[in-house]
Parts: sequence; C-alpha cells; structure tokens
Amino acid sequence: MAHNPYLRAFGKHWMKPLTLIALIAPFAYLAVLWTLMLTNTEPYIMGFNPVQWTHRYLGDTAIRVLLATLAISPIRDITGWQPIVLIRRRIGLAAFFYAALHLTAYLWLDKNWDLVALWEDIVIRTYIMLGMAAVVLMIPLAITSTNGMIRRLGRKAWDRLHWLIYPLAILAVAHNLLMVKLIEGDPTIHAIILAALLLWRLGRWTMGKLKSAQAPA
Amino acid sequence: MRILHRRTVSQSIRPIDKTNVIGTAKLLVRNRALAIKEDSEMELKFRRNEAYQSLREEITPERIYMDRRRVLSAAGFLGAGTILGALPACSEEPQKSPLVGNGKPATAAAVPAVHPAPGAALTAKKTAYAVSDATTIEQGFNEYCNFYEFGTNKGDPARYAGRMTVSPWAVTVEGETDAPGKYALTDLIDYSKLEERVYRHRCVERWSMVIPWVGVPLHSVLTKLKPKATAKFVQFETYLNPKEMPGATRRSLDWPYVEGLRMDEAKHDLTLLAVGAYGKALQKQNGAPLRTVIPWKYGFKATKSIVKIRFLTDMPPTAWNKANAHEYGFYSNVNPNVKHPRWAQDVEQVIGGKGGFNETRKTEIFNGYEKQVASLYAGMDLKANY
Repeated sequence: MAHNPYLRAFGKHWMKPLTLIALIAPFAYLAVLWTLMLTNTEPYIMGFNPVQWTHRYLGDTAIRVLLATLAISPIRDITGWQPIVLIRRRIGLAAFFYAALHLTAYLWLDKNWDLVALWEDIVIRTYIMLGMAAVVLMIPLAITSTNGMIRRLGRKAWDRLHWLIYPLAILAVAHNLLMVKLIEGDPTIHAIILAALLLWRLGRWTMGKLKSAQAPA
Repeated sequence: MRILHRRTVSQSIRPIDKTNVIGTAKLLVRNRALAIKEDSEMELKFRRNEAYQSLREEITPERIYMDRRRVLSAAGFLGAGTILGALPACSEEPQKSPLVGNGKPATAAAVPAVHPAPGAALTAKKTAYAVSDATTIEQGFNEYCNFYEFGTNKGDPARYAGRMTVSPWAVTVEGETDAPGKYALTDLIDYSKLEERVYRHRCVERWSMVIPWVGVPLHSVLTKLKPKATAKFVQFETYLNPKEMPGATRRSLDWPYVEGLRMDEAKHDLTLLAVGAYGKALQKQNGAPLRTVIPWKYGFKATKSIVKIRFLTDMPPTAWNKANAHEYGFYSNVNPNVKHPRWAQDVEQVIGGKGGFNETRKTEIFNGYEKQVASLYAGMDLKANY
C-alpha cells in the first residue's frame, strides 16, 4: 500500500504544500491576534471577551475544516479530478487539530482544569456532552491517519473505522446548533452544508445499490 | 454662533401669509424642506470644525425643537389642526425657543426643553451605591452589548443602532392606572434629581460589568403614573422599527421585546430608570433614551429604549420566557445555585476590567444585593421560581 505507485506519483503534488499553508493560516492569524492583545498593542482586537471569541473562532474553524474534509469526495465525483483526494487526510487532521485546541481552550480558559465543574457541564449541558463526544471520536481517526497504520489495519478495517467521521460530524454540528440561544446564523449554515454532504452520499449509495441490483439480470 | 444661526434662518425662510390657505401650505412645505437642509448643513459645519463642537450644546437645532412639538402633538397635547399648526413652528419657533434665545448651555439641573441627545454630558449627584471592583471601561460598555433588535452579535448594536430615532420620544402609559396617556421624557424625568449609581451588571451568558448608571429610582416615576391598587405587575416594551433595526426584520424573538416586574420589585429602591451612564446620556446601543436597570437580576430583565409602560393585574409574558421558558423564568434573579442548562452560573467573566483578558469572579446570589432584595422573595422556592 505504501508503495502504491499511484500514491507515490502524487506524493509531491503541488496541492499538498498549498493545503498545508491554508490549514495553518487560521492558527497563525489567531496567534497574531493574541500576540497583539498580550503585548497591549491592540488590547481589544478580539473585542471585550477574547476568551469567548477564541472559543467560537476555534470551534467554527474546526467545524468548517471538518465539513471541508467531507466535501472532498463529492468534489472528486462531480469534477472527476482524482488528485484532490490526496489532500483529504491532512484536512481531516487539521479538523482534529482545531477541535483539540477548541477543547483545550475550554478546559483551560473556561474551566481552569476544574474536573468537578467539567463533569457538571457534561451532565447538565447537552451541547457540551455532544461536543466532547465528537472530539473523543476524532482521536482514533487521528491516531490511525499514518500510512503505517493504514497498512497495519488493512484498508477494509481502516475504512470501517474512518466511517466514524459521519456520526462525529453530526455530533459536532448538533453541538454547534444547541450552543446558540436561537436558531439562526452560522450554526444553521453549517447544518445545511452537512445535510447536503450526507444526502449526496446517501444518493450515491442508493444509486450504487440500484445498479448492482440490475447488474446480474 | 447664535447670530449665524439666526441669519441663515431669516435669509431663507419666507414669512407666511395666513390668509392664503393653499399658498400657505406650499410655503410651509418649502420652508420645512429648507429648514431641514439648513439644519443638515449646520450639522456638517459642526462636524467639520472642532471649534464648533464646544458651541454645539449651546444651541438647540430647530430639528430637535420641532421634534419636541411632534412629541407634544403625538401626545395629544395639541388639538385638531396641528399639522397646519405645527408646521409654522419650523420658521417661527426657533427664535422663541428659550435655549436658542439665551444661548446658555442646558444643564441637567435646569429642566431641559428636550431630553439630552445620546452622549451629551449629564450632571448627576453621586450616591452611596458603589461597587468595590473597578468600573468597566466605557468602550467595553458601548461596544459589547446585547440588543437583538440590531442583531445577535455583541458588536451589532454599536454598529447599527445609529439609525434608531430617539427624538422625538414618547412613552405610552396604559393598563391599571389613573394617569394613562403619552408622556414626553421631560415629563417623566426630573433632571434635577438625577443620581449616579455604580451597579454590578450580570448577564445570563456568564459575563459581568460594573457600570456607573445615571437615572432616577423607578418608584419616583411610577408615583407620577398613578398605578391603581389592582396593578400587581408592570410591563415594559422596547421601541420597535424594523426599518431602523436590522435584527428586528428576523423573528429571532417575538417582537416587540417585552419585560416585566412584580410591582414590589419595580418599586424597590435599587430599581433604576436610567437615562445615562458614565456621566453621559445613554448611547443608542445601550437603550437610549431610557431603560430599566434591575441590578439583582440577569441583564435581559432590563428593558431598553422603553416606549410603553403597562400596569397589569396578572404576570405579563416576557420576551426570553416566551422564547425558551425552560431556560428563562419570569424572575431570573442572579443565582449561582440554579443550574442553567446553557451556562455554568457560579462564575462570571469580567468584561473590560483591569484584571487581564481572563478575569473571572464568583457570582453572588442576587448579584451581591442579597441584603437589600432577599426579603422580596421570602418563603419562595428560588429554584422553582427561577
């Protein structure tokens, strides 16, 4: 698998470094904002509640990058442009990176590592539980993202494991929807995009079933 | 400055011959248009020249004076025929206006002819209502707001509230009262009795501020409005005009925004009818020209930009309770012991304080006003009546 000539041929594809830069950019931007705030150059650059602003920013970035991961195969199917699949894994990893930062910011800035308060949040507040579950489900996917792990697990088991992205994306978007006080704004847009991406897959799967049902006849 | 103002008025606005009805009407329209044009030209001069700024308060632009007339006519103080009757005021009244005439700056101690514009300096006597923590920086108070009629983001009110008309302003009083009607702000507020009170402000979204409000105790105004003995509750309603309020074009809440208090809560000495903060008349995004402040309750219990006060025998519906009764009760007293399904209420993020970007403090029951207000709820289960 690791020596798959197809993968090797695209190993140095121009898209890879570009994608990496695009994925790091939101983090670099945040780092600049925090530097400007902490050095008192622009103390209110993130508004008057920089902690909450950072939470939202990291959470929104994580969800959007996650949705981008899910958009790769529909884009490939529609455009027929195969190499785009090469950047999928790093986009998925970036989604985990931002989700992990989002969780860390919450545990550190919001909960100050207070486990009792954390437990209360998880039990009482459904959206916290959903978000937490989504990040936990991302961990095995991130760990098994290397070529070595794909080889060790075998393609079939690896695919089955990584199917978890669907339920975890639903959990993440539900967390986002329940977090806001009213049904409107970005969380709704995220939910609509996710629904479209999942429906696309459902359609493709149904078509596949119909075709294979017709084939033997 | 005064002379300049008079000259521009006399040069452009023609006197009216009241015997010629049609001619008068045409002239009235023309004069009104000219008055508006001059007024906006004056505004531009003010804005462009720093030196004019200090003079600005000495002059009541005729627009504001006319607005007062409109309030009066809206309030029914001027009888039939006010449309024709009020229009000559455009050309005639500015000279008669005491504020334009004597050229003295309006002070809060004197009764102003018009309610001070947002941001205008107010004189208020200091009071013993103080908080040990530092006052929130004014910019934070003005730029981090919830006023959903302008949008749901914290920056939306500051961004969009500029379009809101706050003059003329009238407050309708109705329901169980012996003094129903429309009131001009100058009839409601006793400007010689303005007080500054520094209160804690706790939002249900687990953030807090310390704000130096300027206003009068609500009970002093309620007395003027003569609620009947049957009035057990009072409801407040916020101004609503989707043309000026982009957030109100969406039904994020069931507009208009309504809030309510039990009469004894409304009459409590801590309950303030605020017209200002930080020594200035309220900015639009913070509820200009007048709003309630109930420091022991979550911020959403306050009503901004009040246009209606209604006395009722039964508990009135309230905006957030209608939207989500499970999360927002009628009382909504600040209470760290009531587990809120959305935010942990035992701690609060201090906005614009001096303790750095992540300053927090433990939330106190009744927001620290337990001694003063706990007796209002004696014998009540505060967890059931959240």
